[in-house]
Amino acid sequence: MVFSADDWQAIRLTLELAALTTLLLLIIATPLAWWLARSPSRWRAPVSALVTLPLVLPPTVLGFYLLVLMGPNGWLGQLTQALGWGLLSFSFTGLLIGSVFFSLPFAVQPLQHAFESLGARPLEVAATLRARPLDAFFTVALPQAKGGVLTAAILSFAHTVGEFGVVLMIGGNIPGQTRVVSTQIYGHVEAMAYTQAHWLAGGMVLFSFAVLLVLAGLRRGRDRVMP
Amino acid sequence: MVKRFLSVIAATLGLWAVPFAAVQAGEVNVAVAANFTAPMRKIAPMFEADTGHKAVLSFGSTGKFYAQIQNGAPFDVLLSADDTTPAKLEQEGQGGGKDRRYTYAIGTLVLWSKQPGLVDAQGEVLKTGQFDKIALADPRLAPYGAAAVEALTALGLLDTLKPKFVQGENIGQTHQFVATGNAALGFVALSQVWVPDEQGGKLKEGSVWRVPAKLHQPIRQDLILLKKGQDNAAAVALLKYLKGEKARAVIQSFGYGLE
Repeated sequence: MVFSADDWQAIRLTLELAALTTLLLLIIATPLAWWLARSPSRWRAPVSALVTLPLVLPPTVLGFYLLVLMGPNGWLGQLTQALGWGLLSFSFTGLLIGSVFFSLPFAVQPLQHAFESLGARPLEVAATLRARPLDAFFTVALPQAKGGVLTAAILSFAHTVGEFGVVLMIGGNIPGQTRVVSTQIYGHVEAMAYTQAHWLAGGMVLFSFAVLLVLAGLRRGRDRVMP
Repeated sequence: MVKRFLSVIAATLGLWAVPFAAVQAGEVNVAVAANFTAPMRKIAPMFEADTGHKAVLSFGSTGKFYAQIQNGAPFDVLLSADDTTPAKLEQEGQGGGKDRRYTYAIGTLVLWSKQPGLVDAQGEVLKTGQFDKIALADPRLAPYGAAAVEALTALGLLDTLKPKFVQGENIGQTHQFVATGNAALGFVALSQVWVPDEQGGKLKEGSVWRVPAKLHQPIRQDLILLKKGQDNAAAVALLKYLKGEKARAVIQSFGYGLE
């Protein structure tokens, strides 16, 4: 057996976290990207900068502030305690919130580009055919931005699988709840269990390579349709 | 004009001479276990003042240093958080000669909370279990974590408290969990929560229980002179300095035991 029971548990948890994060991100990022692509508001630049922030910030910064925010003195911690949910740190829900923040730009940016490249024309045509905005969005804009949606989903998923710093900072390394593949690898390396580390780390490399390969394939497919 | 030009050159040369002299006096690259950060920050300038040698400090976890040293990291000395890593390095031929490995400090494990009054002087709070989470360092990675598990086992509380465990990858992170209040209490090193002063020092904040040393194996922190530092006079001087009275006084003031 190459992977231990602990390793499998970490793999399963990582996939669950990545899948849920992707789902949540598509729900959150789609309207956000739409607004960023279309809105004439002067708030667009600051919001766009805010969304992109996790791309440049070290995960430890994000993780540290999340830890402070979710703690008993942070507003999020006070809110969840008032609601009777306890603290979110060291929980799967906490990780999920962290992952959504962390992977936000990876979902928003492809969607935003896709919406921007649509231009105004298809929606204007839809409007002249008396499609309501929401109707036009779902029947015209979204199908045409399909490539962007797919890229956003794949990138969010892959990026969450590879997440490390945030999990380390707010996770607490609880088996089955917050111990994911990346932290498991880290533990193996620190404990000098290099063979186990190699199997998991090598698997991660292969997985990431496969994801990028799929993305490249998608891009080429799209180019062929629209030369 | 020529005079001014010359004086600029002289000044430039003067600036060069200072670091050059420092290089001659010697420099030692030291990898320091995270829990020994505070005392080493205090000892390094004293070492520099007394010997003229400069100690360049890197702080981190022992496991990481081990991997780095194996892969050629430029450290002369490792101040480890345990005694197994230096022994292992020596076995693998990374040591810098005989008798160049000794215990420089013995760690003190404490149960600490940021809340005043939560942790009582007898550690009874562990039995009441009236807290949500208890933080400790991953026992597989950190000797302080392993000692915490031993102590809980000795108290017969391991199984009841295990579901409340949150683990930092080292005691630096474990301290962070408790300091931000996300864990109500946790096992950390005394040196992390202790401020030395003339009266023997005091707790920085919150409440603390010194875990009796008989509840766990002693946390022996060994240092080792590495192969790269074996001919470095500054490295050899540091090994000697850490055994000296002045350094020992600082180490003790942070709550560490000595041999």
